[in-house]
Amino acid sequence: MSRYSAFGLLRGAFNGQSHWQPAWRDPEPKQHYDIIIIGGGGHGLATAYYLAKVHGLKNIAVLEKGWIGGGNTGRNTTIVRSNYRLKPLHDLFEFGLKMWEHLSDELNYNVMFSPRGAMILGHSDADMTMLAQRGDAMRCDGIDAELMSRDQVAKFEPLLDMSRDARFPIEGAMIQRRGGTARHDAVAWGYARAADLLGVDIIQKCEVTGFVRAKDGKGDAVVGVETTRGQIGAGRTGICVAGNSGHVAGLAGLRLPIESQTLQAMVTEGVKPMLNSVIMSQSLHCYISQSDKGGIVFGGDPDNWPSYAQRGNPVMMEHAVAQGLALVPSLSRLRMVRTWSGVTDMSFDGSPIIGETPVANLYLNGGWCYGGFKATPASGFTYAHTLAAGKPHPLNAPFALDRFERGATIDETGSGPMPNSR
Amino acid sequence: MMQITCPHCGPRAQAEFVYERTVDSVMAIDASLDDAMKTLFTRSNPRGVDDEIWRHTFGCRAWMVITRHRVTNEISAVRAVGPEAIP
Repeated sequence: MSRYSAFGLLRGAFNGQSHWQPAWRDPEPKQHYDIIIIGGGGHGLATAYYLAKVHGLKNIAVLEKGWIGGGNTGRNTTIVRSNYRLKPLHDLFEFGLKMWEHLSDELNYNVMFSPRGAMILGHSDADMTMLAQRGDAMRCDGIDAELMSRDQVAKFEPLLDMSRDARFPIEGAMIQRRGGTARHDAVAWGYARAADLLGVDIIQKCEVTGFVRAKDGKGDAVVGVETTRGQIGAGRTGICVAGNSGHVAGLAGLRLPIESQTLQAMVTEGVKPMLNSVIMSQSLHCYISQSDKGGIVFGGDPDNWPSYAQRGNPVMMEHAVAQGLALVPSLSRLRMVRTWSGVTDMSFDGSPIIGETPVANLYLNGGWCYGGFKATPASGFTYAHTLAAGKPHPLNAPFALDRFERGATIDETGSGPMPNSR
Repeated sequence: MMQITCPHCGPRAQAEFVYERTVDSVMAIDASLDDAMKTLFTRSNPRGVDDEIWRHTFGCRAWMVITRHRVTNEISAVRAVGPEAIP
C-alpha cells in the first residue's frame, strides 16, 4: 500500500484516480492472537498501532462488533485539550496533546487537528479564582494556560454576549491556546490504516459474546474470546469499549465502578467562520465550537441516569442549547440539522480506568466519562504499554481499577463517589 | 422524553424525577468493609433491565423503585417505597 502524498494525488489526476486501494484489509479471524483488543474505536485502534509500532508485536487483532469508529469515536464533539487541575490527569492528557500535534505526520493521514484554543469562561469572582487555580496547576507542570481579562475575551471572541445584564455575565476566561479540535473519523481511519500496514488484523462485525477461561490449573485466566465469528484464542485480552465496559466486563464476571449514561451533542447548518475557539464555561455545562465544515457543534450534560440507548433526551438538548444561546445570542438564527448521542462510561471519580483487572490476562481501558476523544493517542500508547508489559506505564499507573478501594481516587471536580453527580 | 407513572401523582414527565442509584447499591448499615466497598463503588450496570431508585423531586418528592430497560427505556414496574422497604 502506498503512502498518501501530493504526488499520489497528482498521479491519480492522470489515471482517473483508479489507483486507490482499500485503506485496510478485511481479514478472517485467525485461531489465536498474542493480543486481542475488544473494540475498534479510536482507543482500540491506537492501542493496536502502538503495540505494533512501539513494542514490535506482530500477532494482534482488533475485534469490533459494528464498524470501526462507529461508537463513541463518531459520537463526540471532537474537542482536544489538556486543561486539567489534578496532576495525573493533566500529565496524561498533555502527553496526548503533544502526540496530537504530530499525529497527521505519524499516521500519514490528515486528522485535521486544529489548535484554535480551548477557552473556559468565568462568570463570577469565584469562577475566576477557580480558573486561576487550575491555570497555575497546569503552568507548574509546563502546560500552557493564560488567564484572560473581560476585555481580552471580548476582543478574542466578539460574538459572546459581554453585556452586564447577560444571563451569564462574563468576567474573564482561561485559555489553553494549544487546545482545539480534530476530525473524529480521520482519527479512527488513520490509526486503522497505520495499524493494518503493520500487520494488525482489524476484524469488523465480530461481537465478543463471552470469554474463554483456562482449565489447566492456571486459575480462571482468560485465554480467548467467544465471538459471533467463532472462538479466538488470545495471550492477553484488552477491553477497550468505553460506553459498554460494564456489559463486556460483566461477561467475565466483573463489576466495575462505572455506570453508563447517554451524552448527546448536536450541530447546526454550516455558516461562515464565526467562532474562533472552543468555548466552554466554568459554571455551565455547555461547550460550543465551529467545525471545519462550518456547523456550530453544541455539547452539554449527560442524562444523569443510566442508559445504553444511544439516543438523546430533549430535556438535555434544550438545556445545552439554552446555555449556548445565552453565551452567543446570534446562534439563535441557526437551524439545528443533526443530533446524536453516545453511551458514556461514567466512572465514580470522573477519571478513566486503564490497567489490570482481577482476572489474569484481562485488561481494562474504559471509564472515560465524557472526555475520551482527546485522550485517544495517550490512551492507546499507555494501554499498549500495559498490554505488552503486563503492567502499567507510569502515566496510567494512577488510573488503576483498584484505586477506589485504596482511597486513591482522582476526583477533579471533588464531587464524591457518584457517577451521576459529575 | 420518558413518562414515569408516579405511584402518588400518576403519569408525569421524566424531567420531574431525579435518579438516585440502583437498588443493589444501597449499603446495609452493618456491612463488612469488603461488602461496603463492593456496594458503594461497583455496579452490575446491565445492558438490560435493572431496579433503580428514583425520586419525584419536582413533584410529590416521594421515593420509588423503577424497573426499567436501559436500551428501550421501557418501564415494567414502579413501586412506592418507604424507609422500611430499602434494605
